[in-house]
Amino acid sequence: MARKLPATDVVVIGLGWTGAMLSHELLQEGLRVVAIERGPWRDTASSFPPGYAPDELRYAIRNGLLVQPAQTAMTFRNRPGQTALPIRSWSSFLPGNGAGGAGVHWNGQTWRFLPTDFVARTHLTQRYGANFLPSDMTIQDWGVTYDELEPHYDRFEYLCGTSGTAGNLQGKIQAGGNPFEGPRSRPYPTPAQRQPYAAAMFADAAKQLGYQPFPQPSGNLSQAYTNPLGVTLGACTYCGFCERFGCGNYSKASPQTTLLPVLVREQNFEARTLCEVTRINLDGSGTRATGVTYVDTSGNEWEQPAELVLLCAFQLFNVQLLLLSGIGKPYDVNSGEGVIGRNFSYQTTSIVEGFYDDRIFNPFIASGANGMIIDNYNGDNFDHGPHGFVGGGYIGMIQTNGRPIETTPVPPGTKRWGAEWKKAVADNYLSSIAFFCSGSNYSYRDNYLDLDPTYKDHLGRPLMRMTFDFHPNEVKMSAFLTDRAAEIMQKTNPRQMVKHPRTAPYSIVPYQTTHTCGGAIMGTDPKTSALNRYLQSWDVPNLFVMGASAFPQNAGYNPTDTVAAIAYWSAKAIREQYLKYPGPLVQA
Amino acid sequence: MISRRIGSSLAAAALVVVLSAGAAAQTAAPDPQNFSQIAHGRYVAVLGDCAACHTDPGGRPFAGGLAIETPFGNVVGANITPDRKTGIGGWTDAQFIRAVTQGIAPGGVRLYPAMPYPAYTKMTRQDLIALKAYLNTVNPVHNRVHSDALPFPFNIRLGMAVWNRLFFRPGTFKPDPHQSADWNRGAYLVEGPGHCGTCHTPKNFLGADRNGQFLRGFSVQGWFAPNITGNEHVGVGSWSVQDIVSYLKTGANAHAIASGPMADEVEDSSSHMTTADLRAIAVFLKDQPAGNNPPSQPMPASDPIMQAGAAIYTDECAACHTEQGSGVARLFPTLKGSPLVQSAEPTSLIHVVLEGSRAVATDAAPTAPAMPPFGWKLSDRQVADVVTYIRNAWGNHASPVSTGDVRAARRTLASTAP
Repeated sequence: MARKLPATDVVVIGLGWTGAMLSHELLQEGLRVVAIERGPWRDTASSFPPGYAPDELRYAIRNGLLVQPAQTAMTFRNRPGQTALPIRSWSSFLPGNGAGGAGVHWNGQTWRFLPTDFVARTHLTQRYGANFLPSDMTIQDWGVTYDELEPHYDRFEYLCGTSGTAGNLQGKIQAGGNPFEGPRSRPYPTPAQRQPYAAAMFADAAKQLGYQPFPQPSGNLSQAYTNPLGVTLGACTYCGFCERFGCGNYSKASPQTTLLPVLVREQNFEARTLCEVTRINLDGSGTRATGVTYVDTSGNEWEQPAELVLLCAFQLFNVQLLLLSGIGKPYDVNSGEGVIGRNFSYQTTSIVEGFYDDRIFNPFIASGANGMIIDNYNGDNFDHGPHGFVGGGYIGMIQTNGRPIETTPVPPGTKRWGAEWKKAVADNYLSSIAFFCSGSNYSYRDNYLDLDPTYKDHLGRPLMRMTFDFHPNEVKMSAFLTDRAAEIMQKTNPRQMVKHPRTAPYSIVPYQTTHTCGGAIMGTDPKTSALNRYLQSWDVPNLFVMGASAFPQNAGYNPTDTVAAIAYWSAKAIREQYLKYPGPLVQA
Repeated sequence: MISRRIGSSLAAAALVVVLSAGAAAQTAAPDPQNFSQIAHGRYVAVLGDCAACHTDPGGRPFAGGLAIETPFGNVVGANITPDRKTGIGGWTDAQFIRAVTQGIAPGGVRLYPAMPYPAYTKMTRQDLIALKAYLNTVNPVHNRVHSDALPFPFNIRLGMAVWNRLFFRPGTFKPDPHQSADWNRGAYLVEGPGHCGTCHTPKNFLGADRNGQFLRGFSVQGWFAPNITGNEHVGVGSWSVQDIVSYLKTGANAHAIASGPMADEVEDSSSHMTTADLRAIAVFLKDQPAGNNPPSQPMPASDPIMQAGAAIYTDECAACHTEQGSGVARLFPTLKGSPLVQSAEPTSLIHVVLEGSRAVATDAAPTAPAMPPFGWKLSDRQVADVVTYIRNAWGNHASPVSTGDVRAARRTLASTAP
């Protein structure tokens, strides 16, 4: 039996990027905020000091900062009709754990989506006709536009100090930036990071082919920066310990380096870490959240009443908690009806490996997000008519790390162990690279999330079940992108080049990206979306759900900047509209 | 205060005002109806940083109980809430003033100079009465504090009478008519309520200030409270007035960030002072005589110790403090040209290398960056080499550090570990 605690104004579930942002926003309104976080408290000084932060075995191999399978797992299958089995480790994607969430261990790639991405179905149908889209593709418009989100993208980038070169300033195309991006109201807060040799080589080759390469926008800063809240970040040292690591140098934008130092000074803010929310509680009518129930590490159950509930966990766990709490109609793959679990999507990544005789790349000079990119084949930046697929992605040379355990490139045909393998690693470590393609992943009727009928977690709750596969449209797109990347690499005269386009079936074992999306999507119709355009639950108006779970489908970019933009967009609506007249912000 | 915001051109006029205000205050008494007096008293409590010793972290304000380490043993902060039995609620104004300015509590009980009455003796009666008026308004807390924790012979409080005869110079602050109003205000704050010399002035073996060494730096319990005179090499002479104001107000300036005991001072005291008072402090400090500095030459870069230190510095330090020792403003302190780095005593430098340190957080500079500890991964030799390097690179020059210094520092830190 849960013990009931004194009520608070706002309860925040999960203290990652969006939990920290929304907490700060609502503290500005004078509200009392309690954030409940499954993992431990983390800050730079005590959780990842530079003395041991770059420990590859601890963090990159044993996932020291990430959610552990014993805490929670999930089951997986490619298609409805198969029997889903539990994962044994988190590997294809890596949810975070603890204060800062996945914002601790991300790479820092800070992309805006294209204006057309937010109106994907309308735009693609208008340009190519309704029959051009596969019949089982369930992409939707978001219900919010790029122009509406621009101030919120801007705000997040200035919170982080994002380093980059603008390509479109108030409609004017800028040399050296991404000419395809939507208009920015002002330049990036800091200039782009410096580029290592491989990225410069990529840019030269791309230019020769008529593309417009530009530096990737980065949350690993090119120079020191003090954000509008007074928190200071340092310059990145290109140490190459970003993804899966916390940054000990205060140079990667994360909740720790931007928001948490301010939050902890607020009298009205409280973070309860190592506490897992098990349920969002509803009143008798089922249309009003009364707070949450959570469990601490001693197994004690607590009820925290609140006027407003903000669900800010990782995408998968947002969807799981909605299903476990009985909020919204669960998606039914047979009828195509229901909204919770609908439109799960991912990211379609691929690489081209290159082995060289005469080039030294020094892969250890790296940051998670530096690199040179072309965006000519992203979204609808090119005519899809001749190609028979929709979607696209960026292509780039991103030098994220040269960490010794993970960086063992060998050409195909090399023995996989022993002296020959060791020699091949030594021969190729400095002189091999991979061009990367980050492709979109559109949503389909049979890609979805629901509760597993068999397997349960340590609290006895059903695990999340993922049903997902790459569809022919994405496989075609990945082959196309990978071929374009290979053409660029060919210009640099590698000794050997190996293409790795993404193919079906999807495997949940090898790491691809942590960009799981959808399952509680935003939209304009309560029949096909869980949330309205302000991320407010259609069914429970005092519940807002942040995160990539709101993406109706995934674009060809990394999601964090867009996750943050829709969170600030939602925060503005809560502050300016909802708090004055608590109730539905959009009439169903 | 009447004189605080008066420009230096009006110095003479200001002095007249100060003196007449002082005279008028002779008859003043704590007045529970007088909001201005109470508010002023609260500010005096900030200036004197009373909470630093009289509020136990996590305890009730001013209820005492916090153990204060001194070279002679622990002294426990008294309960100064207006509780009549265990606090100072039963004290008369005269008793209060005598205790604060002469170190003699009711009943003739001698206070130890850990209670900085040798500095507070300079406080004006007006400030003291206001302080009493404010303390009368805080919540009375029943908390009996047993303040005797000193070993023999220091537990004999009567000994303080002898100490006082030897070292204590009572008397209210007297402005210097040849100096500006800012300078005089700064002098009052530094010598009086701010009691800066309690940490920053070298002490003799009985804990009394050394003559003629005012504010020239002193090591206490594993930290070196640096020279804060106008000395350009090891003091604040190379900092602008604004640098000093920013450091005291926000905990950070372009060169340095407060940590260690100074972090507490900034958090509890100076960050709450007015900018005018902080400017006055800066003006006064920069005018304090630098003293004679034995000229020192930097160790040559070719010295094997410097070469070993440079290699360690590149591996362990340069990522944050940069290869050039320039650091990053508000985040990583500048080492090049740093007065603290070049201090005669490298105590603080060794301390932060061994144990790390966390900077203060203020509303204006909330980052609170931290230096991680290196004591677990660097040997005494390696610490000595890298600290010697930092003290003699980029144009810095200061005495080398020996492995014995590091070993001694480890011992001191182990003995003062919480």
